[in-house]
Amino acid sequence: MSILGNRVLRREDPKFLTVGGTYVADLDMPGALHLTFVRSSMAHATITSVDTSMATAMPGVVAAYTHDDLQLANLPTIMGMTNEAMTERILASGTVRYVGEPIVAIVAQSREIAADALERVVVEYEPLTVVIDPVEARKDEALLFPEAGTNTSFALDFGGDAALFDECEVVVEQTLANQRVAPCPLEVRSAAGHMTEDGRLEFGSSTQAPHAVRDTLATFLGLEPDMVHVVTPDVGGGFGAKASVYQEDIIVGWCVHHLGRPVRWTETRSESMLGLGHGRAQIQHVKLGGTREGIVTAYRIEVLQDSGAYTGFGTVLPFMTRVMTPGPYKIAKAECMSISVVTNSTPTTAYRGAGRPEATAAIERMIDIFSREIGMDPAEVRRRNLIGKDEFPFTTPVETIYDCGDYVLALDVALEMAGYDELRAEQQRRRASGDARQLGIGLSSYVEITNGLPGGEFGAVEVQSDGKVIVRTGTSPHGQGHVTAWSMLVAEQMGIAIDDIEVIHGDTDIVPRGGGTMGSRSLQIGGAAVNQAAVDLVEKAKDLAADLFEADRKDIVLDKSNGRFHVVGTPAIARSWGELAAVALANDGTALFAEVDLESVGPTFPFGTHLSVVEVDTETGKVTLLRHIAVDDAGRILNPLLAEGQVHGGIAQGVAQALLEEMIYDADGNPLTSTLADYSFISAAELPSFETRFTETPTPINALGAKGIGESGTIGSAPALHNAVCDAVAHLGVRHIDMPTTPMRVWSAIQEARADNVAESERG
Amino acid sequence: MQIAMTVNGNTQSHDVEARTLLVYYLRDAVGLTGTNVGCDTTSCGACTVLLNGQSVKSCTVLAAQVAGEQVMTIEGLADANGTMGPVQQSFQDCHGLQCGYCTPGMVMAITSLLVENSDPTEEDIRIGLEGNLCRCTGYHNIVESALAASRIPEMRS
Repeated sequence: MSILGNRVLRREDPKFLTVGGTYVADLDMPGALHLTFVRSSMAHATITSVDTSMATAMPGVVAAYTHDDLQLANLPTIMGMTNEAMTERILASGTVRYVGEPIVAIVAQSREIAADALERVVVEYEPLTVVIDPVEARKDEALLFPEAGTNTSFALDFGGDAALFDECEVVVEQTLANQRVAPCPLEVRSAAGHMTEDGRLEFGSSTQAPHAVRDTLATFLGLEPDMVHVVTPDVGGGFGAKASVYQEDIIVGWCVHHLGRPVRWTETRSESMLGLGHGRAQIQHVKLGGTREGIVTAYRIEVLQDSGAYTGFGTVLPFMTRVMTPGPYKIAKAECMSISVVTNSTPTTAYRGAGRPEATAAIERMIDIFSREIGMDPAEVRRRNLIGKDEFPFTTPVETIYDCGDYVLALDVALEMAGYDELRAEQQRRRASGDARQLGIGLSSYVEITNGLPGGEFGAVEVQSDGKVIVRTGTSPHGQGHVTAWSMLVAEQMGIAIDDIEVIHGDTDIVPRGGGTMGSRSLQIGGAAVNQAAVDLVEKAKDLAADLFEADRKDIVLDKSNGRFHVVGTPAIARSWGELAAVALANDGTALFAEVDLESVGPTFPFGTHLSVVEVDTETGKVTLLRHIAVDDAGRILNPLLAEGQVHGGIAQGVAQALLEEMIYDADGNPLTSTLADYSFISAAELPSFETRFTETPTPINALGAKGIGESGTIGSAPALHNAVCDAVAHLGVRHIDMPTTPMRVWSAIQEARADNVAESERG
Repeated sequence: MQIAMTVNGNTQSHDVEARTLLVYYLRDAVGLTGTNVGCDTTSCGACTVLLNGQSVKSCTVLAAQVAGEQVMTIEGLADANGTMGPVQQSFQDCHGLQCGYCTPGMVMAITSLLVENSDPTEEDIRIGLEGNLCRCTGYHNIVESALAASRIPEMRS
């Protein structure tokens, strides 16, 4: 019986539950110095002086470094696509452009001394004009980089068809704010390193991409990559924001290398809220047109992306938004153009979904606005426009090729699970009675892209003569459960108990290459690589067994029930994996192993429908999420327990964006939500338990039939919630409320609509 | 200053700075790194431990304040054979953890919650865990874990 598809409990768990994980801050590093940063308190200013003398005079302070001490190049552009004048410096010099930008690095003998020394560095500033609103930034009146002559950091200029909406009977238009949010992994950024006796830099990093950390450190420090050994121990969440290498990581490496002493750095949460990249941060102007029968025929989205102060990965998020422009719908004409601009705020980066939630939020909100405009049920409008299951592979107007799907099925299952008709009836009853607590029902049918960036993945499987198996993977899990999942794949192919399989990741000496874990890529490319290595190894073992049994190669059988090879028909004479490994070793001194660099043949497109039911107190504006139903299709599911976990976490982050969370700056660029006391991080008390189900449409793109499941929950949930809140008060005359739909916003929208209604009736 | 307390049943005595927080005392002086620091505003609960059997956020207690008291951390929950306690086992059975960073605090908070209320409803658990943040699980399986633990007979005694 196959182990695949079963709810196998996580092998990772006992350690976390008994002694806790080993995160970077837990690494034992005797005598390590502590690094900390003086950060800008101004959003935009010229630095007129930096005086570190009082800090360096303190006993226990080893050094205080500024930009000129480091002599390091700027962080690179993103894939050569972003404005070269806007790359971030390793420490600020001359000008600071956001609150939290690091200016001075202090190295001290203890965390406490470092904290005290911070207070004794004097930085003097001459304020410059602050630009926080991307709409203002786009005007190019106040420039963050005068030498660039513009605030534009990246642009995608497609489309611009003036006749796009000419044939439409109905056209709706809306500006949507997809607000800036903080990713907030529970473990903040942390790094620790030391020089080994043979002169190598050994470096612990809380990252999603250990090999990128290795290569970046080598580049910046002028070392050969093999002189840098990155170890990624347990990582307390990443959500995309730890996929990039930050300047602080590089400075830790530089200090270790420069001082020749062990150095560690762990930021505080309040630093992390401003130092770790922020997510989303798009303003979208969206237009959708179609027929009175509910057929959508034309769609345009113009994205204004907030880069923050420098060009991080967030600058190119519109690239991923554009790819998913028309969502799961068959729309004849669709286009997306974008401009990214710099503002005096924390640089933006990838955050769970990275550009695709923004695409889904836009089309899904517009489908609802369109439905209301033509007086048709939004479920029916979706049904009429979803791409049919027989139309794949499907090429969209932005030339994305969707692999496969049954979009209507996911919609139908969600409606059935919800009891949609009864919910609508209840909503009507409450509307008719003028109940203070109104019901809102929101849908979101989505399709997204996973493994969307080029690059393959490394996987290797080795059998030891004691029969134990070592698996090495280039993916870098931080909660996803790859140890369990990859063990299942290897167990399935090789007939070995999962407890006899060790999975190694995140050590660049043991795993030579790796792309890391981001973009929901891991199973379909990293898991597939491990799976392929196991398949190859079975073939290799059969060669050995054929020699050993002096039998025909095609007559060798692997009995997966016990992991033993025999000649067909004579199972009594068999050799175990361990015995074959010993033979291989005796033959030519090599281990019995196989390794694979699996090339990606392209992305896959998970899809589904989410449905939210909310209650809105029309007297206070308070929104309560009553139910959230998620029907997701990520192809074949390897382990439903793990897949559900991914969906649950994703839903909570989507709900958080729709209802609560926002990173807010005042007009002077001061962050107002830079601690967890101020930022509305969603808690258990604001959420119900979720109702989840998978449909399974295996993709032909990889051998596992699997698509990514890491981000679907977030992508599907936020628009469903958002639509539900707007739906709850639509009958009162409210057309749209931007996210997050806080009580203040909802209440204000209701008041405005009521005032408009009164004015209208007085005029009439 | 010299302070002593009992941690997971063992007497500990160390010379610490007066400003040392309990969480750093446990991590740096005692060497128990299972308790994590997740914020600097007493918001996240990753550092939750038991003080004389009741949950506290150890980032909000000075080590010196609890001299002479009994502290229990995640490392003290399993029995002498390493067998996990009911809350720990429920977390594994219900997939109540992903990255594991909030987990020790969650387990300690739920342990305390179940002492106060041995038959909690889902809502009791959700409200009781409001001060413990998780970014991975959406809380769904954490709540499941707490409910499952509450159904284990020894938790109901």
